[in-house]
Amino acid sequence: MASDGKQIDFMIHGLFSFSLFGQEIWITTSHASLLIIILLLIVFAWVARRRMMRAEPVPGAFQNVVEWIVEMIDRMIAGIMGDCSEWFRNYIGAVFLFLLTSNLSGLFGIRPPTADFGVTLGLGLISFALIQYFNIRHNRGRAFTDLFRPLPVLFPINLIGEVATPLSLSLRLFGNVLSGTVMMALVYGLMPIFLKLGFPAVLHVYFDVFSGCIQAYVFCMLTMVFTRQKMKEE
Amino acid sequence: MMSQITNEGLVLAFSALGAGIAMIAGLGPGIGQGIAAGQGAAAVGRNPGAKGDVTTTMLLGQAVAETTGLYSLAIAFILLFANPLLGRL
Repeated sequence: MASDGKQIDFMIHGLFSFSLFGQEIWITTSHASLLIIILLLIVFAWVARRRMMRAEPVPGAFQNVVEWIVEMIDRMIAGIMGDCSEWFRNYIGAVFLFLLTSNLSGLFGIRPPTADFGVTLGLGLISFALIQYFNIRHNRGRAFTDLFRPLPVLFPINLIGEVATPLSLSLRLFGNVLSGTVMMALVYGLMPIFLKLGFPAVLHVYFDVFSGCIQAYVFCMLTMVFTRQKMKEE
Repeated sequence: MMSQITNEGLVLAFSALGAGIAMIAGLGPGIGQGIAAGQGAAAVGRNPGAKGDVTTTMLLGQAVAETTGLYSLAIAFILLFANPLLGRL
């Protein structure tokens, strides 16, 4: 009845490797799914742009969806950032759409690229750079002297607190998506065949749709909240 | 009897145990998220007009509270699937 666990498969597989400057580089399933998602988003953006060039006063179905997405992202950013929301629209919008698509991609049978720590660490580092850029731009020299407050002895703790931001951002996303992926692989690998047909849909709704949307939202929100904290007037 | 246990077997067995023990950390986020959800429900009951804001804040807080649990999950996954201790044998 239940299989012996040989079919459980949620690891990242190498597709092929090549050497660059004496370093062996593997192209893995994460790259493949990243490529699929990026192509999907580029095609969507291209079609949406073509369509919005000749937007009609009474929107059709597609125009409605595009306007709804843009308005939703704008509302999300304006809720946190207030008056400086224009600076964040590009980055947050792009990251939100990318995370949403890649978290939902588990529904279509490809391994979500966000279940690879390399992808989420990259996103976390970009967010960290953004946070620190706005910190230095807004606070000038105070960005560095703030590390020695309230006491100079606390400098190591403050430094660790700053460095922990990209790690916790990326680990949160990675852990959530990976746990969903592993759980679905276990369910699919261990269940008898007649249960595989209907029952996993319930788990897909929770692990892929609910958890994926929440985590995409939380990543963008936390990036903005951390930036907002740095830009706060004292 | 004891001599039949290989070094690899011992390390693997205790790694599995360690993964299980690491996941005890799941208690903390569970309690924290439950408190956040309860307070959120109380806030919506007191002021139903602010349901959207309360839900957003609650989900954000819960996601932050979840982080410690995810650290332990990462440690459990490392022990189970990418065991660093086997290389030390």
